[in-house]
Amino acid sequence: MLQIEKLGHYYADHTALEDVNLEVAEGELVSIVGPSGCGKSTLLRCIAGLIRPSQGRITLNGREITDVPDNLAVVFQDYSRSLLPWLTVRDNVALPLRRRGRSKSERQAAALGALQAVGLADAAHKYPWQLSGGMQQRVSIARALAYQPALLLMDEPFGSVDAQTREDLEDLVLRVRKDGMTILLVTHDIDESVYVGDRVIVLDRAPGRVAADLAVGLPSARDQISTRELPEFVHMRAEVGRLVRGQAPPGAVL
Amino acid sequence: MTTHNPRSRHLSRTGRWLRGIAGLAILVAASEVLGRAGIVDKTYLPPASTILSRAIGLAADPDFMANVLATIKAWALGLAIAVGAGVLLGLLLGGLPVVGTAVRGVLEFLRPIPSVALIPLVSLLLGTGLATETTLIVYAAIWPVLFNTIYGLQDVDPVAKETLRTFGFGKVAIMWRVSLPAAAPFIATGVRLAAAVALILAVGTEILSGFGSGLGIFIGQAEQGLDGARDVLAGTVWAGALGLVINTVLVQCERRLFRWHAAQSGGRS
Repeated sequence: MLQIEKLGHYYADHTALEDVNLEVAEGELVSIVGPSGCGKSTLLRCIAGLIRPSQGRITLNGREITDVPDNLAVVFQDYSRSLLPWLTVRDNVALPLRRRGRSKSERQAAALGALQAVGLADAAHKYPWQLSGGMQQRVSIARALAYQPALLLMDEPFGSVDAQTREDLEDLVLRVRKDGMTILLVTHDIDESVYVGDRVIVLDRAPGRVAADLAVGLPSARDQISTRELPEFVHMRAEVGRLVRGQAPPGAVL
Repeated sequence: MTTHNPRSRHLSRTGRWLRGIAGLAILVAASEVLGRAGIVDKTYLPPASTILSRAIGLAADPDFMANVLATIKAWALGLAIAVGAGVLLGLLLGGLPVVGTAVRGVLEFLRPIPSVALIPLVSLLLGTGLATETTLIVYAAIWPVLFNTIYGLQDVDPVAKETLRTFGFGKVAIMWRVSLPAAAPFIATGVRLAAAVALILAVGTEILSGFGSGLGIFIGQAEQGLDGARDVLAGTVWAGALGLVINTVLVQCERRLFRWHAAQSGGRS
């Protein structure tokens, strides 16, 4: 459903992406991993239509992306800035559904359903800033789910929460993944990219290009303890780790 | 937004109130002593009790109350126009950077002109009625609203705007659903400042123009009457009380409406 051809993007002083080619099929969950500064976020922002790439083209279901495409949702790392503090949790989740032309009661019902799916139905009438960081990110995930986008982009979605919450949120994404929803998840966490993904794309450090495209051969039912001890998982995380670290200069902070 | 310094935070709400009242009581007592002891000539500064009882007595005077009402009307009308125009203009200038830069120079030239200095000019052009008073109030009160709107819009979180953009919201929708609510606490502060300025201009224009009705007319004319100082000061007490009530009401409204803002700026620092 998503084709990226010869994508390149240059900022004034450096090349963020160069000759990136990638194809994503409908319903896939693709992890994009790479060292910091490899252009992961730039790639995601190009796909979201937030920036126009300097070179190449991106097509979504056969149509070239020139502006923000329909049927798209993005979960940002900065949940506290992405949620609107003057709206309740439920109204935050319901807001994008205005774009779907639904009535108020339909929007509210869909919002409540999505909040139930992420286990936050009780917090519907609270305000985002009354919740913990992990809960706030669950709200933004609920907001994206309620919108039922064809393509869900996640930019370091679990980068600002503690390790335990991070694992919970990873499982949440695997659980609520609807059939047919295509997900692209950008992360710098090697384990996470393998644990969550059907496929792992490794990006080189600047200029960012695809260094490897690996299929994850893990069973679709995963859990934090047993999946992580499977030989296939251990092998994959080592392979991805070598690829990511191999590109980084010695001593670089990943 | 109200900021508390660390010292006053230790005082309870009642503690702060008590201190405020104590300060006022000392002032009243001092003026009372100065007046009664004859240190200050009573015709210039009557004792506080005389002024206050006169001020309270005026509440029963229908002519005086009509004056107060006239001032409040002009104040409210002028402020309403200033807020409407200030916010609209601010959205335009803040939302369209090209227009903003173009108009900025003109605004920076107009802003420092003290609006009181315009009273003779506007009176000359529009006469000495409500039109003059309202025009001057609008001119003076629009600045804090306009500039706070522009600054508020500059402070809107780009992530929030981008989030709505990715959900397919257009520019106008983002302005309405993100930028305006996010800037609202700043705008409200501007409105509160504008309300105080508007009252100054309302009373000031009335005093200087000297015609029609209003609290300023009362103060201006009392000067010439018997017991001039007492009535002038009683009128001034009314003006001060009006300002205090307006400010208190607006501060309370801000607290109620923008709980999210206080919570967020508290959490971020």
